[in-house]
Formats: sequence, C-alpha cells, structure tokens
Amino acid sequence: MSIAPTPTNTHLDHLDLLEAHAIYILREVVAECERPVLLFSGGKDSAVLLHLAVKAFWPQLPPFPVMHVDTGHNFDEVLEFRDHTVERLGLRLVVASVQESIDRGRVADPGLLGSRNRLQSVTLLDAIEAHGFDAAFGGARRDEDKARAKERVLSFRDSFGQWDPKAQRPELWNLYQGRVNPGEHLRAFPLSDWTELDVWRYIEREDVELPSIYFAHHRDVVERQGMLLAVSQFVEPRSDEVVTRESVRFRTVGDANLTGAVRSRAATLADIVAEVATATVSERGATRGDDRFSETAMEDRKREGYF
Amino acid sequence: MTTSDLLRLATVGSVDDGKSTLIGRLLVDTRQLFDDQLHAVAEASERRGVGDLDLSFVTDGLRAEREQGITIDVAYRYASTPTRKFIIADCPGHVQYTRNMATGASTADLALVVLNVAHGVKEQTRRHLTIAALLGVRQAVVAINKMDLVNWSREAYTSVADEVETLCRDLGYRRVQTIPISALEGDNVAERRSDCWYDGPSVLQALEAVPGRDEASTSARLPIQWVLRQPGGGRTYAGLLNGSRLRVGDEVTLWPAGVTTRIRGISTPGGSRSEVDPGLSIDLDLADETDAGRGDLIALDPAPTVTKEFRATVCWFADGPLVSGARLRLKHTTKSTRARVSALEGVMDLDHITLSPADRLVTNDIGVVQIQCADFLCVDDYRDNRMTGSFVLIDEVSHATVAAGMIGEGAFGPRPDL
Repeated sequence: MSIAPTPTNTHLDHLDLLEAHAIYILREVVAECERPVLLFSGGKDSAVLLHLAVKAFWPQLPPFPVMHVDTGHNFDEVLEFRDHTVERLGLRLVVASVQESIDRGRVADPGLLGSRNRLQSVTLLDAIEAHGFDAAFGGARRDEDKARAKERVLSFRDSFGQWDPKAQRPELWNLYQGRVNPGEHLRAFPLSDWTELDVWRYIEREDVELPSIYFAHHRDVVERQGMLLAVSQFVEPRSDEVVTRESVRFRTVGDANLTGAVRSRAATLADIVAEVATATVSERGATRGDDRFSETAMEDRKREGYF
Repeated sequence: MTTSDLLRLATVGSVDDGKSTLIGRLLVDTRQLFDDQLHAVAEASERRGVGDLDLSFVTDGLRAEREQGITIDVAYRYASTPTRKFIIADCPGHVQYTRNMATGASTADLALVVLNVAHGVKEQTRRHLTIAALLGVRQAVVAINKMDLVNWSREAYTSVADEVETLCRDLGYRRVQTIPISALEGDNVAERRSDCWYDGPSVLQALEAVPGRDEASTSARLPIQWVLRQPGGGRTYAGLLNGSRLRVGDEVTLWPAGVTTRIRGISTPGGSRSEVDPGLSIDLDLADETDAGRGDLIALDPAPTVTKEFRATVCWFADGPLVSGARLRLKHTTKSTRARVSALEGVMDLDHITLSPADRLVTNDIGVVQIQCADFLCVDDYRDNRMTGSFVLIDEVSHATVAAGMIGEGAFGPRPDL
C-alpha cells in the first residue's frame, strides 16, 4: 500500500468510540464462539451491523454467514437490497422461512391480516438449532424499547431459546464471556449503546447503502389505527378507507402489513439526520404495529426467543 | 466531540430511596422522552393504579419490575443536553441484585447516589458505594431525596450529607457533591428549587460540570483479539487500544513472550494512521515475524507484570459459596485460562470498611483472594488500568459468570495517596 497515512486522530468523536466498541464485540464473539451467524433483515440497523462486521475482519470476509428470518410479508425493495448486498460482499445467505414453519405445522397461520412477527421466534430458534449456531449477532439497540434497555450485550439463551430477564449473566467492563453449553446460545448486540440518531449519523458518515424505502418517495397509503400503511398485496384498502398518494418514508423495516410509514420529504441522508434529530415520536411508536399489543409486548416476545 | 463530553453514570443506593424515579424525572424534565414513551408510562401508571405518572416506569420496563415496584436489572438510557452526552445505567438497589449493580457500575465515570433523607445511609448504600469505589469510580453526585417529606429541613439534610461525605471520603472518592432534592416534585433535579436555603447546583447542573473519566495511567496496551491475514502473506494483530497513544515506529513488546519489535503500520476502521489514541479498535503491522495470537499482549514500556499468581479483590455473585481451593475458569482481557483460588484472605466488613478473616465468601460478599492461573497473564494494577487490571471468574460446568475481580496489591479499601 502506497497511500500516505493520515497524520492522527486527535479527537475521537462519539461515533468513533461506538464503532470501536462494536468492532471489539464482533471480534470477541467470533473468537469465543464456534458457529456465529449475523441476523440480517435488510433494515438499517442490520445494514450498519454488517458494515461493521466487514470492517472488523477486513481484508478477510466476516467468518460467518448472514441469516434472514423471512416472514414472507416483505417489502420488495428490502428483499432486493438483501440479495444485492449479500452478493456484493460475497457472503453466504441462510434464509429461515416463516412460511415453511407454517407449512410444516410448527406455527399456526395468522392469515393475511395477522402478524407474523411473533412467529419469527419459532422459525429463528429452529434455524439456530438446525444449523448449530451458538451465537447470533443482532442489530437491536437499547434505546428502542424498555425491555431491550435491560438486555446485556451478550445475552444468554437457554436450550429452549428463552431469555430470562431475572437471571442475566453479570457483564462487567469489556469482558464479554461467550461460553455456553451445547444447545444453548448467545445473542450478541454490538449496537446496544447506539441511539437511532447515532445510527443515522453513522450511515451518513460512512455512506452505508440502504433499501430505498428509508428515503422519501411517493406511494399510495391508507391510514389504519393511527398508522400510515403502504397499499400492497399485504395491505388491501377496506371499503371505508381512503387511499391517498403521499410523500412518505419508513423509519423502521418490518412486516409490510404492520410497518407504518411516516410523512416525510427527507430524500437524502442529511435530511433524514435532521428529521430524526427533531422527532417527537419514537421510531417503534411511530411505525410498529407489533409493539402495540400489550405493555410488555417486546419483553414477552424476547422471553420466547425473539431477536 | 471528545471523550470527556461523554459521561457514563450509574445510580447507586438502597431500594426505595428513589433512584429510578430520579432518573425518570431527569429524563422527563430534560425532554429526553418521546411523546409516545411518555404516554405509555402514563397509561401503565393508570392501569396499575399508581397515580398519573409513575416516573420509575421510565426505566423499570420489565413486567416483574412494574408488578413489584422494584428494579431488578440495569436499564441503560441515553440522554444528551447541549453540553454533554450521558449514558445512564439505572441500577437495582436490592441486595440480591448486587451483581447487576456491579455490571452497571463497572463502566461508570460517576456514581449518582440516591438517599432517602429520612433514612440516611443504609447498608445497601454502603455496599454499593464500596463496590463502585472498588470498581474505580472516584466521583459522586449525592442526591438526598424526599426532602418534601421533611419540609425541606436543612438540619435533616446536613446530617445525612455529613454522614455520606465522610463515608465517600473514607472510600476514596475525590469529588463529592451533595444536593437536596425531591425527585417526585422535580426540585433541584433539572431545575433549581427557588426560595430555598440551598444555593448549589441542581443534579443536572452537577452532572454537566463534573470532569469525564480518569483515563488509564499505564502506557499503551493492546490485548490481541484476532489475527488478520493480509494479502501477500503478512499478518496484522487486531484489538482495542488502551492506555496511551501508539505511533508508527514505536518499539513495542509482545507479552508474555517478551519479544521486542517495532510498529510498521497502524490501521483503524477509518484507514491507515501514523498514530492513534486509545479507545479505537485497530490492527498493527509489526516489523518482525512473530507467532503472537489471541490472548497475547502488545505493550509499550513500562511493561505489565507477567505472572501466574496475583492478589485480587473479588465480588462474589454465585448462589453457592467461594472457598479456598475453588477451581474456576478465568477471563482476563482476551485470554482465558484455568485458575484456582489458592487462598482466601478475608471478607469485607461493610460497617468498618476493613477486612475480616473468613473461610468462605457468600453471595454478594466482597473479599480478597490469591489466585493461581494455569497460564501466564500480563496484568496491571486495576487502579492503573481497568482493562488489564480486571477479570471475571466463570463456573466450569454452567459457564455462568460467578465473580468480578480487580487485580492489585492492597486493592482493598482506599489507596493511601487518594
């Protein structure tokens, strides 16, 4: 390499420290575990996580596959992004299909209007067992939800895949200890200390590629239970609903039938950073129908083995 | 932003003295909560019949916590004001969840101590302040809470403030700021209470004014996490840099082998550098071929101590007791080894902050032990470097983390020069 090194990095900023810590966690888990996997939904957090994984092991490829737990209720743009990203980086993709879990009778089909969100836990745990994964990286952040705020960076799962919030392992300093017995596994969350704004600032700084639905675009939407849903094969307007065409974007990516859009004109990363910095509603509160079922929806799902 | 613009704080204190309520109040009054989050707290409060807005619900997010009205595990919250970013670890007060408190305090720059003015310093407060001190926390903001219940009695405040200041001094805290507050009513939390004999800062003002973390006082330490193979056959050594700055051309030593070489190149996530500050994940290209690998340490002089035996202070977390002769696995930086507790020197008497003879440590005890390891470790005194001075003990069968340890001669109690 003949590129002259840049002199120094005198002032490490907040993003540098978050990045350094996330890379450290990625390397620790890979070193301590036998068969890690990275959970990749195509959403912004998993895109950042994958970007960090590539940096952590550069110039080699990350020494693990990526896995998509596919509910079958996807935004087309997100699936395209998933396939394009995996191909661009030369990674191995494992798809764990909720539809297959339904077809095999592992879970009941909630129907077109129902949520497949909770079913993902069964599909995810079955895939972890089938592939013998002992660690799964996820892009979850503690600022997303009050149950996530309680979770360790390395979160232990018993042989049934369950999280026990009352008996978490002590986790002091940067000493992440990843030892598990056969059948048990870990979830590892390198983005634990990142906020939504940190993620967007980092995406802007690093120019991380994202699915197009994160940027403002025109789309037919209906308003349902306070959420703006994109009209698609999964969301058919009811007779009392009015379809409007609006400039919207998505703050999170989940099931197409349960993820709300927000009205927005933010078409660039700089616009989005500015928008997120002044948001008055949380990203999950604004856009995720799956969190609205009960006060402890996330905790209940996590106990069962959710992301 | 520089590192000192970030403050990591952990709440410390006994159950029911109002730690979670204070954090809730601080977050609400500084507008850190989104509208829907605040709405959800109000709804949950109403549903559980605990008034309009139970501020403890902001951080007590687990079902069991809300049912029992206690904090079980640490909640991490993120806040920023125009002058500073905060990572807040809201820790549990119950003795049975001491291990979770230690988890939250291990990375803290400051202890936010919460006391009930009517009860003063309880045993759990002493335990927590002691653990935080052992973990290297050297500054405390002490919120003396529930002042509304004693009609803002200055005498009641002064008596508790004197007691806690003396204790903090005995434990080696360097900066202690006591503040009378009512977390429930928001007095002296974000805003100062007007018409009050107290003329010091509010909790928020105090948190914005304190210095950031004391950095490690050792020279550069890079525990090797991973070896990266470079195109063309070379290898670079990756890890999180700690201690001091490194420059291309620096003479470094690989421990425990004791092989000296030179830094030929430094890579960071942002590209190649001629020098780097601690805190970054980097990889080093060394001038000489070595067989270094994960668990080895690259260091600048003065060198760490390379040893199989050391003395340490441990917080014991397991349900069963720790006795002399116990065999465990030990993780220190990126190195894992078999270890034996070869001697138990004593247990901490929290009332007197002294060591008492003991034949066992029970859950949540703090004690001093001698440890023997199967492999050589490269260690520093914990007070000089939190990374190379700390370790955890792991049960060989369940793989549970059963103890946190801090390495050092005389690690027990305050150092004379503090």
